[in-house]
Amino acid sequence: MIGRRRWISALVGAFATMTALGCSSGGGSGAAASGTGTGAAPAVEMKEWKVGAYLSLSGGDAEFGIQTREGIELFVEELNAKGGVKGKPMKVLFEDDKSNPQEANNKVLQLIDRDKVIAILGEVASSRSKPGGIVANKKKVPMITPSSTNADVTKVGPFVFRVCFVDDFQGQAGAQFAVTKLGKKKAAILYASDDLYSSGLAKEFREEAKKLGAEVVIEKSFLQTETNFTTYVNEIKDSKPDVIYAPVYYRHMAPIAKQAKAAGVSADMFVGGDGWDGMAPEDRVNMEGAYQTTHYASDDPSERVQDFVKRYKAKFSREPSALAANGYDAAGVLADAIKRAKADTPEGIRDAIAETKDYPGVTGNTTIDPDRNAKKQIVIVQFKDGNHKFHSTVAPK
Amino acid sequence: MKILNAIIAGVAQGSMIALVSLGYTMVYGILKLINFAHSEVFMMGAFFGLFLTVGFGLDTSPMFAGVAGTLAAMVLAGLLGALVEKVAYAPLRARSGGRSNTNTRITPLVTALGMSVLLQNLAQLLFTARYRSYPQLLPIENARTIVFVVAVVVMIALQFLVYGTWFGKAMRAVSVNVEAARLMGIRTGRVISMTFVTGSMLAALGGILYCLSQSQVYPTMGVVIGTRSFVAAVIGGIGSIPGAVLGGVLIGVIGELTKLTPYSGLQDVIIFTVLIVVLLVRPSGLLGKAGIEKV
Repeated sequence: MIGRRRWISALVGAFATMTALGCSSGGGSGAAASGTGTGAAPAVEMKEWKVGAYLSLSGGDAEFGIQTREGIELFVEELNAKGGVKGKPMKVLFEDDKSNPQEANNKVLQLIDRDKVIAILGEVASSRSKPGGIVANKKKVPMITPSSTNADVTKVGPFVFRVCFVDDFQGQAGAQFAVTKLGKKKAAILYASDDLYSSGLAKEFREEAKKLGAEVVIEKSFLQTETNFTTYVNEIKDSKPDVIYAPVYYRHMAPIAKQAKAAGVSADMFVGGDGWDGMAPEDRVNMEGAYQTTHYASDDPSERVQDFVKRYKAKFSREPSALAANGYDAAGVLADAIKRAKADTPEGIRDAIAETKDYPGVTGNTTIDPDRNAKKQIVIVQFKDGNHKFHSTVAPK
Repeated sequence: MKILNAIIAGVAQGSMIALVSLGYTMVYGILKLINFAHSEVFMMGAFFGLFLTVGFGLDTSPMFAGVAGTLAAMVLAGLLGALVEKVAYAPLRARSGGRSNTNTRITPLVTALGMSVLLQNLAQLLFTARYRSYPQLLPIENARTIVFVVAVVVMIALQFLVYGTWFGKAMRAVSVNVEAARLMGIRTGRVISMTFVTGSMLAALGGILYCLSQSQVYPTMGVVIGTRSFVAAVIGGIGSIPGAVLGGVLIGVIGELTKLTPYSGLQDVIIFTVLIVVLLVRPSGLLGKAGIEKV
């Protein structure tokens, strides 16, 4: 009996060690002691620009975080190879929020209080950028979100910025594209009711489509935990729409596309938003012909984009997604602001970010407006042979 | 037509939930233990299925890889279930010496919760929290029908196992009275282990069918279906096999019918309301036997 107990406790001990090791290797880099700065102000003797990034590196939206991280890493590597900013290299501390808003909150607090970062990059999903932004704003550390498009995100306060377009524009562009360009008159909407991004886009699309004279024949919403979409798809099919607007994240779109196919709804009826970015290649086979609004297309012929695609492919051996491009540009706007900042404090950098004008990034030129949003073009792409195919652009309004 | 379609989808969904809730109900029937780790065995089963199917050569012969992968995953999940029982529950039973006191109920229950957390985090550590797509083995148009047929066949087989074999007889004897069964010469330890193996195999099959028809594979996938299956087992009368099936189908149909209304977000609210109403009217569940509670 004793032997068995010992055996069990040894096993439990081994698990504990494994877990501890896993944790320390993941977050160890951030634990290094940092200067003697008080509050949000960094130490006077800075050897490097310490920037925090909180992203969904695991969990349901893991691809969002991983692709954005790759974009940021590529930029920082290139920047430091050229000598950094003001003679000092930039260092980004990545934290994983596990696709969880609560965790996003904690990670931002950790980056600011423990690591004393001078600026924050982060989150892709609006429902995590908003709580993170509230913390950053309260602590007076500037935050730039690469890809959060919900209007509320930058409304939390003067320290939160974005380098992408806003959802009212995206939802309207989606509706204009479906109604005017594709000539569809009967629209269906399928969205996640408990998600800020999804329900916001659905609302903008609905209003704009009605304004343009199209009819919304059916609207269905689901919770984010849902996996079985058959009944929704069947019901949408019964109301005979000619276009289905599905502003949802890729992790929902993959099963929706699969089950739509099973129900005999063809994929080319779907129009979606930038939340579809990040879909795995094996899921894209069910998406053939669908259109989506997004930030950039990797087959955009412009030299700036093609050069970026080449460098990215050389490092990560895959096509850069729109999220990677946005991550690259968010880090770029920040580095540019640090260079221009009159004071090397979070406040000084904040003022410099607010003055950003025509920063030339891979997703177009970025100008920050007084509402701390970027005026950016929208790119419409179509799924062809499992890849995004550039269709057209919508100029910023 | 709309309602009929939803009911069909609900029965298919429910049959899958029922496969998982059978594991809860069988273990409860024998040990009066709610095995919270069951939803994690379900998740692990899906992971085993994914890795083994790919490992058996998905490209060369998808049919063989799918069937062999599924069967092997069921075996592995069965072993995992038995391991959980041997490591976490059996020592507690041995320590209480077969006597019934509060500890024999509460301690295993807490251990079960602990096992659930352990397995979930272990999966995150081993497989990372990435969402993985399950290979498309079935033609997607027929996936739902196949899921339903497989679930029904397996349930009939289980019914035969419990009511038509010596092993099933031993299982039922143990569930009535462990001590008396032991005195009659039944190897209770082995029967209990086999119950865990059977339940876990069904959970793995449920997990694989779930992924084939709708879901991706990820470490927390057991939570949603696990809760629903547990509720299904309780509604049907925990400890009763037909009850688990009835509860599962009921929950599936309720879920799908809710989706027809504009209030699809209220699915869980309605399911739990049904649970409370059923428990108020029939405290032992729809098909549960009242008064067999042994102390």
